[in-house]
Amino acid sequence: MKQIVIIGAGQAGLSCAAKLRADGFEGEITLIGNEKDAPYQRPPLSKAYLLGNLDAERLLLRPLTWYDQHQVDLRTGVAVATIDRAGKAVTLSDGKSLSYDALVLATGAEARPLPEDLLGGRSGVHTIRDRSDIEMMRPELDAAQSVLVIGGGYIGLEMAAVARGLGLGVNVVEAAPALLGRVACRETAAAIAELHEERGVRLHIGQGVTELTGETQVTGARLADGTEISADVVIVGIGAAPRTALAEAAGLDIANGILVDATGRTSDPAIYAAGDCACYRLPDGDLRLESVGNAIDTGEVVAGSILESGAGYTPKPWFWSDQFDLKLQIAGRAQPGDMIVVRISTIGARSHWYYRDGVLAAIDALNSPRAYQVGRKLILDGLTPDPGAIADPHRPIKDIFNETRAALFAR
Amino acid sequence: MITIKFIQPDGSEKLVSAMNGRSLMEAAQGAGVVGIVAECGGSAACATCHVVLPQEVFDRLGAPEEHEEDMLDFADAPRQTCSRLSCQVRVTPDMDGIIVRVPTA
Ligand SMILES: Cc1cc2nc3c(=O)[nH]c(=O)nc-3n(C[C@H](O)[C@H](O)[C@H](O)COP(=O)(O)OP(=O)(O)OC[C@H]3O[C@@H](n4cnc5c(N)ncnc54)[C@H](O)[C@@H]3O)c2cc1C
Ligand code: FES
Repeated sequence: MKQIVIIGAGQAGLSCAAKLRADGFEGEITLIGNEKDAPYQRPPLSKAYLLGNLDAERLLLRPLTWYDQHQVDLRTGVAVATIDRAGKAVTLSDGKSLSYDALVLATGAEARPLPEDLLGGRSGVHTIRDRSDIEMMRPELDAAQSVLVIGGGYIGLEMAAVARGLGLGVNVVEAAPALLGRVACRETAAAIAELHEERGVRLHIGQGVTELTGETQVTGARLADGTEISADVVIVGIGAAPRTALAEAAGLDIANGILVDATGRTSDPAIYAAGDCACYRLPDGDLRLESVGNAIDTGEVVAGSILESGAGYTPKPWFWSDQFDLKLQIAGRAQPGDMIVVRISTIGARSHWYYRDGVLAAIDALNSPRAYQVGRKLILDGLTPDPGAIADPHRPIKDIFNETRAALFAR
Repeated sequence: MITIKFIQPDGSEKLVSAMNGRSLMEAAQGAGVVGIVAECGGSAACATCHVVLPQEVFDRLGAPEEHEEDMLDFADAPRQTCSRLSCQVRVTPDMDGIIVRVPTA
């Protein structure tokens, strides 16, 4: 193993490169990214960075000097155009080609755009994935009085909160019957809806956008029930799709993402995938996550597999979201139909515990870091606390944690 | 230049130059200190930036906020007297030369 090429200079690509070096790989590592920036954090794009509280440089995951020090050949502003599997080489948009012994696809996901017939070529409509998306939108936002967010998912709701913080009028439209779609329970969706309404965000839930208004520049939207909303800027947060085109063109197997086994290997044994673009086929089903934690973990899994030192992938799903003064922390994987147990700690601090077939499957903690930490640990250990104890605010969470663990050791 | 020595979980040392006013986590992560994963990038949401400070530095800083306290109570590496989330600690010139330990989970 002499040459490792990583396509995609994002969270997962960097994590893989860093782990390869940390584990003593001495060959060449080339990290190729088509964005201008060196690998950076995306979560602040819809939080502190959008508010203007953070310099671009502080988004970087590593200072530029790190790449020289660790002999990682970082090439930004270039895309990989094709993969030649037989020749084990990739061609770049600048015409160069590179051969590889192992290839890692860490191409991420892209924001779903509004359908073209809705959009109709209007300006003032933005999706958010890259730092450049924020830079493009910022001057418009500075001049705007009002914003319409289409899509009540995490990114859309964070953007709505920031826009309110900037003093703008904000409407959020969500076509589904509740915010946060399938990922959150009714209790979490309701608590978040209440928070946004308290802060003056106008929510339109269960309403689709039937058309945008404005000739060339968007001026607002009309909803299914006839409501008209005016907006200077429209932000579209309707989910993301894994970037699979390059892998598809190379004939690799694709499912809901680039299909890999538990070691991160695609249908070509010299090619791996990690992060948002990868769909892991695990014993209990296919799994594709879009989160920082998953990008870091799978990047490291792939590094371990390439060096034949890794143990494969054990998912540890978790996520956080900051909206107004709410800190939401989520662990595990919720599914529709889970039984929800509500724990109210103090005013504004609550947690929702998801039980499936009597087993703790996930937790949403709203301003409840202790509950989050306990829930996360129990889920990782496959332990289930007594629902009655969880629902009882007078039972300290620490006691519940200790009792649940003690019950295991007593078995 | 403010130089801080990190003792990594395996006992090895790493000298890191830190910028005044930035967080201790940013200094450690930028240098690739082992054990500082900092998944949430400083939102105090992950506790993967847990460090143990020298007593006098810890005392000087004043008490952490409640959210940080709660995260530390159940951090993967058991909390110690001078534990902090490094993303919540701002680097100041008087930290030059201190030794910070990354605890083992
Ligand atoms: C606004 C926003 C907020 C978020 N908030 C959170 C949060 O609070 N918590 C959380 O856990 N997660 C959050 N996420 C998700 C998280 O950022 C992603 O899961 C993570 O960045 C995935 O990392 P990745 O490396 O797989 O993909 P990316 O970070 O997207 O990196 C992929 C890179 O590959 C490049 N690329 C693609 N194709 C090519 C090619 N052919 N040649 C060269 N380069 C290519 C892309 O341009 C991109 O730079 C958020 C995401 C966004 C957009
Ligand atoms: S970086 Fe996540 S808690 Fe400090």
